[in-house]
Amino acid sequence: MTEKRVDGRKADEMRDVEAKVGIIKRADGSAMFRVGETIAIAAVYGPRELHPRYLQNPETGLLRCNYDMASFSVPERKKPGPNRRSVEISLVTQQALSSVVDLSQFPNAVVDIFIEIIQANAGTRCAGITAAALALAHAGIPMKDMVSAISVGKINGKIYVDLNKDEEDVEDATDIPVAFTGRTKKITLLQLDGNITKKELDEALKLAGESCEKLNKIQEKALRECYKNE
Amino acid sequence: MNNDYIVSLIKEDKRVDERKLDEYREIKITHDVSKNAEGSARCKIGDTEVIAGVKMAIGAPYPDSPDEGVIIVTAELTPIASPVFELGPPSEWATELARVVDRGIRESKAIDFKKLCIKEKEKVWMIFLDIYPMNDDGNLIDASVLAALAALKSARMPKLEEDNIVYGEFTNEKLKLNKLPVTITLGKISDKIIVDPDSKEESVLNARLSISVCDGNIHAMQKGGSDGITIEEVGAMMDIAIKKEKELRSIIK
Repeated sequence: MTEKRVDGRKADEMRDVEAKVGIIKRADGSAMFRVGETIAIAAVYGPRELHPRYLQNPETGLLRCNYDMASFSVPERKKPGPNRRSVEISLVTQQALSSVVDLSQFPNAVVDIFIEIIQANAGTRCAGITAAALALAHAGIPMKDMVSAISVGKINGKIYVDLNKDEEDVEDATDIPVAFTGRTKKITLLQLDGNITKKELDEALKLAGESCEKLNKIQEKALRECYKNE
Repeated sequence: MNNDYIVSLIKEDKRVDERKLDEYREIKITHDVSKNAEGSARCKIGDTEVIAGVKMAIGAPYPDSPDEGVIIVTAELTPIASPVFELGPPSEWATELARVVDRGIRESKAIDFKKLCIKEKEKVWMIFLDIYPMNDDGNLIDASVLAALAALKSARMPKLEEDNIVYGEFTNEKLKLNKLPVTITLGKISDKIIVDPDSKEESVLNARLSISVCDGNIHAMQKGGSDGITIEEVGAMMDIAIKKEKELRSIIK
């Protein structure tokens, strides 16, 4: 795969990434994750009392996620507030993260994660999940593993990692957001839009796994940075 | 932190973070924090952080001002910024914040809306100014106004093709601001007046007054809090606000 991409990257090359932990003081945990021009900010609040009370579970705490895009994060202004897309992404984000957190010591409580995309250029849900995992760790929530997420995709029959907006908008492009746990290498998020063969999907997931390993190291470094400064 | 302690300190002209009563926390403004926005900025006042973004669209003018552009200000108090903010439709606090920012800009005539007319009665520029607090450590109003002004001031006009916007492409023209109306928020605790209350001080404020000032003139005011304030106190607050105007304005430049 020597063919160059619109921004000059190789097929298995992610955009430039940056992670920072501890950016929102008021929150119990927070992080920023940037991949290329996509910037996600995540804050964790809790464990705290869960309202409404009928959702409380005496056995364990609950993880709740909210994904939102700032109105000005996209070329044409997005109406502020939730929509069907953000509700779905909030749900898959929660599912991508819930298996690594252990909230059994917090019965009836909730851990809230809020994700705000302040600048979007594709891959926002993956950036949100990567930021959220960092924020959970920063909040000191008991975690069995780390989670990293990246999108892979197929354009004109070729597999690429971390599609940018131009690539995502190519006709018949297949977009596959994936999240992996760091230690156990389990997939906790997998969505797909497009058309792909099993062989291609195998290749794509392998590429996603390798990229998430790189992200995992960057996350670990960001967490260490944060505690070094304290 | 004990509320009584905050109050007892203020009675002795002292504050928890060792500021003077009329002293702001450190203010920092960063431009262009979001590339898809026509203009954007981040304002930090101490640990309080607000991001403002400007998006432009084309729409029909209001019938009573057929040759004038439109500005629409919204604020989203997303729960990212504070443990007390909740999801859902804009709260009364978000609505107040947006309207206070809006009035300061509108009433000082900071924007020449006539210049934003494309075709009378049919097409005008609509400015969407959206405010997202990221960390609420008190005084969101002043931080939002500064972020808003910085975002507006740096906003680039999008390219037009047959009166339609080509998103992502810009002309060399900027959205001009004729004035920079800053807002100074003061609080009353016991019988003392403080500027720029942080979140701990906000929890013991008896009353709050936000004053929008431009070139020594006052363009908007908003009182908050349940206690009353005397005419003398309002006078003293205005004096402080006018004195602080230059200091804040020099930060936006």
